Amino acid sequence: MFSSLSEKLQDVFKKLRGKGKLTEKDIKEAMKEVKLALLEADVNYKVVKDFINTVTQKAVGEEVLESLTPAQQVIKIVYDEMVNLLGGSDTKLTFSPSGFSIYMMVGLQGSGKTTTAGKLAGLLKKQGKNPLLVACDIYRPAAIKQLEVVAQKAGVKCFANYNSKDAVKIAKEGIEFAKASRCDVTIVDTAGRLHINQELMDELVAIKNAIKPTEILLVLDAMTGQDAVNVAAAFNEQLGIDGIIMTKLDGDTRGGAALSVKAITGKPIKFAGIGEKMEDLEVFHPDRMASRILGMGDILTLIEKA
Amino acid sequence: MGFFDRLREGLSKTKKNFTEKVESLLKSFRQIDDDLFEELEEVLVLSDVGVKTSQKIIENLKERVKKEKILNPQDVKELLKEEMLNIINLENKLSEKYPLIILMVGVNGVGKTTSIGKIANLLKSNGRKVLIAAADTFRAAAAEQLEIWAKRVGCDIIKHVEGSDPAAVVFDGIQAMRARKADVLIVDTAGRLHTKKNLVEELKKIDRVINQQMPEASKETLLVIDATTGQNALNQAKEFNHAVNISGIVLTKLDGTAKGGIVISICDELKIPVKFVGVGEKIDDLQQFNAKEFVDALFEN
Ligand SMILES: Nc1nc2c(ncn2[C@@H]2O[C@H](COP(=O)(O)OP(=O)(O)OP(=O)(O)O)[C@@H](O)[C@H]2O)c(=O)[nH]1
Ligand SMILES: Nc1nc2c(ncn2[C@@H]2O[C@H](COP(=O)(O)OP(=O)(O)OP(=O)(O)O)[C@@H](O)[C@H]2O)c(=O)[nH]1
Ligand SMILES: [Mg+2]
Ligand SMILES: [Mg+2]
Repeated sequence: MFSSLSEKLQDVFKKLRGKGKLTEKDIKEAMKEVKLALLEADVNYKVVKDFINTVTQKAVGEEVLESLTPAQQVIKIVYDEMVNLLGGSDTKLTFSPSGFSIYMMVGLQGSGKTTTAGKLAGLLKKQGKNPLLVACDIYRPAAIKQLEVVAQKAGVKCFANYNSKDAVKIAKEGIEFAKASRCDVTIVDTAGRLHINQELMDELVAIKNAIKPTEILLVLDAMTGQDAVNVAAAFNEQLGIDGIIMTKLDGDTRGGAALSVKAITGKPIKFAGIGEKMEDLEVFHPDRMASRILGMGDILTLIEKA
Repeated sequence: MGFFDRLREGLSKTKKNFTEKVESLLKSFRQIDDDLFEELEEVLVLSDVGVKTSQKIIENLKERVKKEKILNPQDVKELLKEEMLNIINLENKLSEKYPLIILMVGVNGVGKTTSIGKIANLLKSNGRKVLIAAADTFRAAAAEQLEIWAKRVGCDIIKHVEGSDPAAVVFDGIQAMRARKADVLIVDTAGRLHTKKNLVEELKKIDRVINQQMPEASKETLLVIDATTGQNALNQAKEFNHAVNISGIVLTKLDGTAKGGIVISICDELKIPVKFVGVGEKIDDLQQFNAKEFVDALFEN
């Protein structure tokens, strides 16, 4: 089964049979379709432009391989470049050599931080760790309660201080509590915030300085559009992030934001959220994401067969 | 502060980028040519309007420029505004017939519960007796979150324990609405992706309960859309509309840098009006949507 991009490229290259090499004109025609597909997948406009330039350079002058039709060959070049840009292979979470790791969840409102904190705790528990969740969202109504419920579902402990209105203090208390309770992983949930809210961005920096997290993880909704680059760039510049978690990939969004945020920050995407339940967290696979952005679930088999 | 100022304030950072871009763009062009149109299309796409709708708007713009013999690049801006306005300027008043039942739907984390707090507050300050039903019985602490909002507003809330049948909560909500002679019942539902068949069925069931238990009530089904959402919002609107007939959109998080341009595509394809915009997390960070002011705010300095 061919999907639409593939079909469109077939059309573009129909007249190309028997040619030796892909010319610049051939490629330009094809790249118009690729560009459209990427924009419809929410890849940022500027990222698309860069990407198209790179791919065009790589494709021009390539021999039209006997075994592949030109359309498939171009898709392969596009696909390979995208996998490459998305990080090549899977990237693992790093642990602190001290044996006591701290992860801090940050991101826009409603992106999935609290839920993902619980999922990550559950995942690490399965790997034999003893995680603690720390509730530093002092703003959202019932945020602490939500994390407590999530912790219970994941079967891990949760630290909260209902009386404090100081997120930095709670974070520090949480770390002390973790150490005292012989936990080896602490996951800090923070309130959702806009990247342009200076006061709240400063709060994150203060928490970071106070607890020195092993990794700061930006939690990003996979449905995010063109603005993803602004969000990721701002969090990375002001805070320095170590990795990205894409959530809500269980829907039908093409998830082009993944390519955008990787391109703009250079930081690896480590996990994918694929549902609301505690077990719905997977290691992020760049190759699968590339197929998804291109709108071709079967791209691997397509290329392998050729 | 009036809507215009509030929205402008909410959109200021957004708008600045957008407007500055358009302004500088138009200044850099001595004449109207294909490059100018291409750059304008880029601005639209960067606002999440979507390629298809953007191309359509630009095509219309080109035709008008030709027909009306427009020569000055500066005049193109007014035309672009007009074209966008033509699409999103739909009748968008919230029903004022009571009793009124408002059903809030949308994907996960877009701002349904928060918007309910804000809308309840707005209606209450208009003198309406408001009741809220906590039909999100799924998400951790969803009812507790809504309860805090109900307290802030000062209205009653109907809730069941976590995990119970959401349609039963709605049923109880409607009985309470009759008994307490409330003007408005607002129903919170769990966030759900439009692609999840069983969850969409659950929503249809809630909808049926409303139609059966109080057929005389007027009804609003509001789809909440996060302004940061890209092209997927169009699928959301199509699927939710197909399932429960959407009467309006609440566009949230416009206080960020995202432009929410996807609503232009939604209005274009589905003719569903935007009724409210969310511009923050506080109780009064909600404004009635006004198409003209929305477009003006996007383009004004
Ligand atoms: N379908 C789906 N829903 C998800 C996923 N991750 C989180 N959610 C849902 O998204 C909504 C928001 O999740 P939260 O964990 O509350 O998000 P948050 O970032 O903590 O939100 P704030 O604290 O308000 O900023 C909830 O309804 C979650 O159940 C996912 O991978 N898939
Ligand atoms: N900046 C900003 N944040 C908002 C706005 N509306 C809602 N939020 C925030 O977005 C997050 C999610 O809001 P909720 O009201 O819980 O969203 P929901 O759709 O009910 O989420 P689920 O029930 O989990 O699907 C919260 O942190 C809200 O404070 C808005 O207009 N602007
Ligand atoms: Mg949270
Ligand atoms: Mg909710």
